[in-house]
Parts: sequence; C-alpha cells; structure tokens
Amino acid sequence: MTTTVTTGQAVAARAVDVWKVYGSGEAQVIALHGVSVELERGQFTAIMGPSGSGKSTLMHTLAGLDSVTRGEIFIGDTRLTGMSDGDLTNLRRTKVGFIFQQFNLLPTLTAEENILLPLSIAGRKADPKWYETVIDTVGLRDRLKHRPSQLSGGQQQRVACARALVSRPEVIFADEPTGNLDSRSGAEVLSFLRNSVREYGQTIVMVTHDPNAASYADRVIFLADGQVVDELLAPSADAVLDKLKGLDAKVESAADASQAG
Amino acid sequence: MLRATLKSLLSRKLRLVLSGLAVVLGVMFVSGAFVLTDTMGRSFDSLFSSVYQGIDVNVTQKPKVGGDQDVGPSQQGNIPAATLDKVRAVPGVASVTGDATADGARVIGKNGKVVTTFGPPRLGGNWVGTSDLLQLREGRAPAADNEIVVNVTTAKSAGGLKVGDDVGVLTLQPGKKVFKLVGIFGYSGDRDSLGGSLEVLFTTPVAQELMLGEKDVYSGINVTAAAGVTNEKLRDDVAAALGGEAGGFQVKTGKQLTDETTKSFREGLAFFNNVLIGFAGVALFVGTFLILNTFSIIVAQRTRELALMRALGGSRGQTLGSVIIEAVAIGLIASVLGLAAGVGVGVLLAWVFGNVSGVALASVGVPAAAVISAFVVGLLVTVVAAVLPALRASRIPPIAALQEVATPDRPLTKLTVSGALIGAAGGTMLGLGLAGQGDNTLWLILGGVLVSFIGVALLTPLLARPVVSLLGRLFSWSVPGKLGRLNSGRNPRRTAITAAALMVGLALITGVNVILASAKQSLSSQASTQVTVDLIISGDGDDNGPAKFDPAVMDAAAKLPGVSSAASEYWDFAQVDGNGTGISATPDMAAYASMFKLTATEGTLQWTGPDQAVIDTENAKKRNLTLGSTMTMQFTRGEPHQVKIVGLYQRSDVMGGTIVSGDVVKDYRSAQPSWGYLRVSDGASVDAIQKQVDQLLVDNPEVSVANRAEYVDAQSAQFDQLLVMIQVLLALAILIAVLGIVNTLALSVLERTRELGLLRAIGMRRAQTMRMVTVEAVVISTFGALLGLAVGTGLGAAVVRALKDDGFTKLAFPWSQMATYLLLAALVGVIAAVLPSIRASRVNVLQAISHD
Ligand SMILES: Nc1ncnc2c1ncn2[C@@H]1O[C@H](COP(=O)(O)OP(=O)(O)OP(=O)(O)O)[C@@H](O)[C@H]1O
Ligand SMILES: [Mg+2]
Repeated sequence: MTTTVTTGQAVAARAVDVWKVYGSGEAQVIALHGVSVELERGQFTAIMGPSGSGKSTLMHTLAGLDSVTRGEIFIGDTRLTGMSDGDLTNLRRTKVGFIFQQFNLLPTLTAEENILLPLSIAGRKADPKWYETVIDTVGLRDRLKHRPSQLSGGQQQRVACARALVSRPEVIFADEPTGNLDSRSGAEVLSFLRNSVREYGQTIVMVTHDPNAASYADRVIFLADGQVVDELLAPSADAVLDKLKGLDAKVESAADASQAG
Repeated sequence: MLRATLKSLLSRKLRLVLSGLAVVLGVMFVSGAFVLTDTMGRSFDSLFSSVYQGIDVNVTQKPKVGGDQDVGPSQQGNIPAATLDKVRAVPGVASVTGDATADGARVIGKNGKVVTTFGPPRLGGNWVGTSDLLQLREGRAPAADNEIVVNVTTAKSAGGLKVGDDVGVLTLQPGKKVFKLVGIFGYSGDRDSLGGSLEVLFTTPVAQELMLGEKDVYSGINVTAAAGVTNEKLRDDVAAALGGEAGGFQVKTGKQLTDETTKSFREGLAFFNNVLIGFAGVALFVGTFLILNTFSIIVAQRTRELALMRALGGSRGQTLGSVIIEAVAIGLIASVLGLAAGVGVGVLLAWVFGNVSGVALASVGVPAAAVISAFVVGLLVTVVAAVLPALRASRIPPIAALQEVATPDRPLTKLTVSGALIGAAGGTMLGLGLAGQGDNTLWLILGGVLVSFIGVALLTPLLARPVVSLLGRLFSWSVPGKLGRLNSGRNPRRTAITAAALMVGLALITGVNVILASAKQSLSSQASTQVTVDLIISGDGDDNGPAKFDPAVMDAAAKLPGVSSAASEYWDFAQVDGNGTGISATPDMAAYASMFKLTATEGTLQWTGPDQAVIDTENAKKRNLTLGSTMTMQFTRGEPHQVKIVGLYQRSDVMGGTIVSGDVVKDYRSAQPSWGYLRVSDGASVDAIQKQVDQLLVDNPEVSVANRAEYVDAQSAQFDQLLVMIQVLLALAILIAVLGIVNTLALSVLERTRELGLLRAIGMRRAQTMRMVTVEAVVISTFGALLGLAVGTGLGAAVVRALKDDGFTKLAFPWSQMATYLLLAALVGVIAAVLPSIRASRVNVLQAISHD
C-alpha cells in the first residue's frame, strides 16, 4: 500500500485494516476487504472506483455513520470503533460535516437556517467572521432568506457545502456531491470545495465517479472489490481516466455502465 | 389490478391497523349496543311471561290518570270487593283472587336506610298463598296484621333480614310501620325475585289499607278459567258481566298483559339503545375524519403508483376502483372485528346489568340488527371516507403525477368557501332548532350541530396555519421544537383534519359543560334572589315521583321555636283538562307564595275554600284561562275535581305553573308531602333548627333536611353526574381522535425518513428527534382542543341563550374545566407521540440517506 506515512497530528481521519461484511452465508458480501487509509489534514481526497467497489461504505464507516466488522477508524485522535450512539452524535456535531448527493436541506427552513442548523442543533453559535466568509465564498448572500424549493440544484448544493463548512469540522465527507448537477454548477461546487481546502485548510473527502471532479482533488484513492488498489497525487482528469482504464477489465465495464446510468 | 391493489394494501400494515381501529371501535359501540339491548330485551320477555303465569284473565279499573306519556306508570283505581263476586258468578270461571298491590312499599334496611333499586319497583301487596310460581323458602305465611313476608331479594338487599326480625316499612300511608318478618319467599326456577323487584306481602286488609288507601278494595282481580274455556272467551264474558266498555274496567288475558308490559319495556330499551347508538355515531363521525385522512395520505403517497398504472393503460375507473377495493377490504375486516368486539362488550355490559339489577339474563344472542348495522356502518363509513381522496387521485393526469415529486398544496379557497357556507347552514339549522318549538326541534338541533361540525372542519385548514404557527411559538425556544412546529404547519389539511377529529368530541363535552355550568349558576343565583326558604326537606324519588314524608313532621317543624313560617308541597300525576301532567298542591298558599316571592297580578294567592288553584300569567294565557275559570282535574283516586282559579301570579325562574289547594291531596296516590319549606326567624340559628328537624325525620329516612346552600349543591351534584356520564361516553370519540394523531404522526415520520436521517447525520440526538415529533403532536392536539373549546363554548352559549326563559338566567363558562381539557389535550399529544417519536429516533441514518 502506497499511503504516505504522516504524523498523528497531520492525519484528519484514518482507517486501519477495516473490514465490512454484509449478510452471512450465501448472501454474504464483503464490502471492505482490509482497507487502511490515512487522510491528511488540509487535503482534498477523492475516492474513486467501479460501482459496488465499496466507496460509499468506506466513507460511511470513516464518518461514523456505519460500524465496521473488523478494524479501527479514527477521526483525529478519536477512536470511533465501539462508540455509543450519543458519542457518535457528538462526534458528528463537532468533527464531521456532510454533503450528500441529494436531499441535503430541510424544506421547511430557509437557506440561512439550513446553514446554521448543525450549530443550532448543538446549541452553539457561529463564529460571525467565519460565517460571513463562508457566505461570501459560496456566493449566496442574496439567497439566504429563500427556501430550498426556491433554489436551483447547484445553489442547494452550495448551501449544503456552506452548512458543512460553517462548523469548521475536522473532515467533510461528500458522497457524489455533484452527481445530480450539470457540468457548470458542478464545477462551481468543486472549485468552492477546493478553495476551502486551499485557503482555509479544510479537510475534504469526496466520493465521485467523474474523473473531471476527481481532478479537483489533491489525491485520488482507487478502490476495487473493497480494496485500495491504487492512488494518484495531484491528478489530472486524463491521468485519472487512464488509471480507471487500467483497472480490471471486468470491473471497468461495470464502472462504465454505472457512469452511463 | 385487483392483485396489485391487494399487494400494496398488505405492504402498509401499520396504516391499515390504525385506520381500521377507528372503524373497529365505532362498530364495536354500535353492535355492542344492539347485543346489550337484545339480551336485556329477551331477559325481560322471559321475566314478564312468568310474572303473569297462572293468570288467565285479569281485571283492573280503567286508570283515572295515565295513558299519556307525560304521566309515569299508570295509576290504577281501586276495585270494590263486591266486584269479585260479580266475576266469580261468570260461567267458566274456576277461581278468583283479589290482588291488592301497589308500587311504593319501601323496606328500611339494617343500616337504617331505605332499600333502593335501579329501576325495578318496590311492591307492597297482599299474601294470597303459594303457587306454581311463588314458593315460601323460609318461615310461614303472614297471618296477623303485624306480620309480613318479603322476597329473597328484599331480604338480601336490606342487609340480610331473617325470619323473626322487626322490619320497618314505608308505605303509601304516612309514617313508618314496623312489622314482624315471618317468612321469606322466592319464585320457581330458584329465582329470588321477578326482575329484581322488591316485594313485601301483608295480610290482605293491611295491604288494602296501606297500599291502596281504602278498606275492602283491590287493585286487580286475577281469574283462572275452568277446563275447556279459552282465555279469550273468558275475558269477553267477564268484560260483559262487568258492563263492557262503559263499566270502567279493563279486562285482559294474561298474554295481553305480558305483551303490553314487554312492549313498554322494549320501548324503554329502544330509547336506551338510541342513546348508545348516538354516542357510537359521534365516535364513527370522528372515525370518518381519521379514515379520510389516512386515505388522503395513502393516495397522495401512491399518486405515482396510481399514475404508473394509468400510464400502463389502467382507466380512471380502475384507479378509483383500486382505492375503493382497498376501502372495502378495510371496512369488511374492521366490521368483522368490530362486531366481535361489540358482542364481547355487549355481553360484558349485560352481565354487569344482570348483577346489578338481579334480573336473570337470557342467553346471549347476536341480533340481526347488530350484524347488519356493523357491516353497513363499517363499510359505509370507510368507503365514503376513501372515495373523496380517490376521486381526487383519479383526476390527476398520469404524466403530471409521474413527474411530480411531491403533490403541491392546492389553494384552500374552495374549501374555505364551502366550509363557510356549510358552517352557516349548520348555524342556521341550530338557531331554528333552538328558537323553534314542535317535533322537529331536536332533529334540527342535532342536524345543526353535525353540519356545523362539518363546516368548521372544512374551515380548519385555513385556521391551521396562523393558529399552529402561533401555538408553535411556545415551543420555538429549542431547535427541535421549532422544527416540530414547522412540520405541523407543513400540511395544513392533514393537521386540520387530525385536529378537527379531536375538536368534535371536545366541543360536545365543552358544550354540555357550559350548559351545566350555566344551569348551576342560574340555580344558585335564583336560590339566593328568588327564594326566601332557609331549610328544605326533600329526597330523591322513583318512577312514582319524588320521595314523600309524613305530614306530621311539617306540623311539628312549624311549631319549633325559631321557625317563622312553614309550607309544604305535595306532588302527583293528574289529568288536567284531559292532559296528563304532574301537579303540585299546598295547604297554605300564602306561606308558600312568600317563600317563593310570588305576588298576585290578579285575584289573591290565598285559599278561601276547597278546589282552588293559582296559575302563572303565561300559562294562563297559553291555555286561555282567566281569573275565575275552572279546570277539570282527575287525580289518582276519586272523582274529577272542578278547580277554580282564584289568583294569577307572575312566574319567576324557579316557580311557574298551577298550584292547587291542599284539600285535593286526599285523592293523591299518597297524601304525603314531597317538599317542606321552613323559614327561620331573624336571630334564630338555622343550624340548630336544622338539627331539630333532622330529629323529626328519623322515621322518614327517604328525605333529609338541607339548608339553601346544601340544597343547591345537591341539585348541582346531579349535573356533575350527568357530565361524568357524557364524558365517559364521549371518551371513545376522543380515543379515536388520539388514534388519528398517532396515525398522522406515524405517516409523517414515514414520509420524512430522509429528513430524519439527514438531521441525525448532522448531529441531532435521538432525544431531540423525539422532542421534535412530540412538539408536532402537541401542537396538533392543542390546536384541536382550542377549536373544540371555541366551538363547544359557542354551542353551549347558544343553547343557554335559547333557554333563557326556561330558567337559564346566567351564562357561565367552566374556565377551570376548560383549562383542564386543554392541558389534557396537550398530554394526549405527548402520549400520541410516544410510538411515532420512538420510530423517528430509531431511523437508520444510512438507510434514510440512501433511500430513494
Ligand atoms: N446494506 C447493505 N446490505 C448488503 N450489502 C450492501 C449493503 N450496502 C452495500 N452493500 C454491498 O456492498 C458493496 C459496496 O457497496 P457501496 O455502496 O459501498 O458501493 P459504491 O462503491 O458506493 O457503489 P456506487 O458507485 O454504485 O455507489 C456492494 O456490493 C453492495 O451491494
Ligand atoms: Mg455509492
């Protein structure tokens, strides 16, 4: 495995020999096959791989949304494995941010209320300066009082990004955040994510199928059959495409099919 | 199509259970009522058929008073003993027995209190020997005038009377009499009584004197036929011998008597049945809201599924059909379950009734009416409630439905306008009903209330938004609270229907409460302003009228030092100018008038001779009577009196109608007063005199003396009992409304799984999630309660205002009760939220966010 060995301080999240097995007997699926990764602080990491390769599973286990069958997960210095629901909720409040592919926002709240929701649920106040910075970066100042139904898909995703950023979490996890957007809105969201890494040192982990999206990242990790099979640093879209083609032919066709779908 | 429908039906078990439960409960109430009254009816049938066993033909005097439904049990006149001989002379007569029985022999139990029953009479009669029916269980027959026998039920109810005991008995003659108990009897088939009746049997002369008030008279003659003579022939022969119609006798066969008694009891039962069914109707009405809501939600969620069916070639009719099939399936299952539960409830209640009343129960049967009503009601309610949303769904063009992510909220204009119109119609009906007189008023009022409810229910969505957001502000201090409030405002129709269901039950309870509170307050204000009585002697009554006491007590009380004036009031049923009515008489009109602050507008309020009456001006006008007119009054006994009006008075809120001079009470069923009024002179202690009067009443345990405040309280206590009963009966409607809240919440939680997942992912705790759902429930339930309180107050106030001239002088609002209802409603919200909120907090974050 070719992960860069770094000091504990510089690692935002890490998985150590993580196994995830669904079901048992005939129906058993091994989604993660002894995965070990370290995600550096202040880096934008993309996770790629054919459909069913375990990307989402890896992300969910890293984020503490799902338990692991074996192995350990750390966010910063905190060991997630074996934590109670309450502790995990606390962890999600303070150390983790999420951006989902869709249904990121509560329809009853305005954009502003949605952005501040994680903080208000936790009973915390936003740092006003940081809040202003985030709002300006996502460029939503004139939309703050609007409800999600009055925003475009791209704007909604940007609200979701702002929500993830505003509590300054240790790591932001994004599962195909641009999966539902056209290329222009997608590019907006991606550059916004990259900027928050570059300028504010935010750590972001993003699952994507799109080599173009991956090219915004600092590092791409390739998964196949629940294992880390390769990685790229400072990737270009072409390099990512090449790597993907280099993967197992059988898997590749499956990946293509899923991109087409 | 059918298979697809049934499949999707099974996949939504929770919803079906909840909406089905509403139907089950309603059907249970309806069929339970039928089973109960059927069982009771047949129990009475078998009871009465044996009561008249051994009587082939029965002769009674044509009642002088009665035959009118305003008048209680018919008051038989006395038959002279000579008539027995006439009957005995009729050919074909085998035996003749004179019966001297009347209701009103009250045994004083071991605890010193009069033994009471829940309806069955307390008969006093003459001993005529044992028969196939009547068996002596212990001791012997009464032989001396101071000896009695009682039936086993009486002995038991009186606290275990034994042969040899001295037993106090109140009869229709003044004063308590003490007898030696010489025997205890029962009936064939090991029965302790006939239908729970308490019976005391004296020697014939004693029964005649104490129960009939005359020597050598009978209340009835029982005849048996000689072999070979039919009962009908014997009846006709006896009737002819007694002078036919003109003779003033009623001659009937035993079978006729059985049928008549059974019929009148059945009528009473039918009324009871209608009351139960009325409450079941309320429950079902509320249930309709719940089912309506469930189906709206189900159909809304299935819009895409239905659209797909239509896109694949299903017709609009098929779409509609699929929903109706679903409704029929739910309706059928719920009806079957409801019927089963109803039979259970009916049997249980019949058993309780049997134990309380001592009536031997007939075997339990399920009458056709129960089955038919169960299915008709269950199916009808469900299908009606399902058709509305189904019609709406079938109108959506398939493509629109397929593309639509969520059905947008349609404007509420149409609903609001129709709600306003229907509400106005309901209000008008109610107003007409309350203002009007005649046979249709009750239906107008009931219909008005029902239609008003529908109108208000239709207006509720419009109210939901502002009221809910206002209510929700109370909870907005926490984020989950705020989210809960926002959620409850999300679908005003759904919130509104859910709340409206709660409104119905609560509005009825509140309305009744306002009426009763107003009645209480009116009563106490009238007591303090329109009455100058310090002490009142009175007691509860039975079918024959209010309890009575020895007139000697009044004489003694009037002589007590410190009593400045005394008046007594007698009461009985009478025919006045041919109409049956209850009528009061007092020996001292002047004292009576001053007790109730009555003043003469014409003539005097004082008796100057026998057969006189005073009447209030309003009644006089209505009946075209003036000073000096005469009324023909027939009392229970004796010949008709020509009663002359000697005075007119202005009616007050407590006093109105005709009051007759005291000399007529000798023809009353029992010449004993029912009320005694005493005024205490200034400076004398009311308490001290009350104690003395209490002493005078030791031998009249059915009545007691109360000061004015106590009397008002005692009267009010009856209202409280009524209120409790109505609350218990309406509790079912409230229960169904609560189910509605549970249902709505459960569906909302289901619909919002993804949102819940999101909230949990970004850091919401389980407890916070539960709080969010709870706030939503509490907002809905308090909204419903507020509506119910408002509508109920309106209804109650309307009724009170309409009854202004009937003594409802004050309009009072039971604020503390209303606050209690509001708090209970909030509590109900919390309880309703328990299961849905647990469900919400258990939402699996991963499944929720990956759920498409
Ligand atoms: N809840 C589950 N139960 C059983 N198997 C599951 C479950 N969730 C995921 N899997 C299996 O685990 C494997 C990895 O799934 P995962 O969702 O992580 O793939 P992915 O890489 O995110 O795919 P995609 O690109 O299609 O989103 C797949 O084979 C999937 O079928
Ligand atoms: Mg995935």
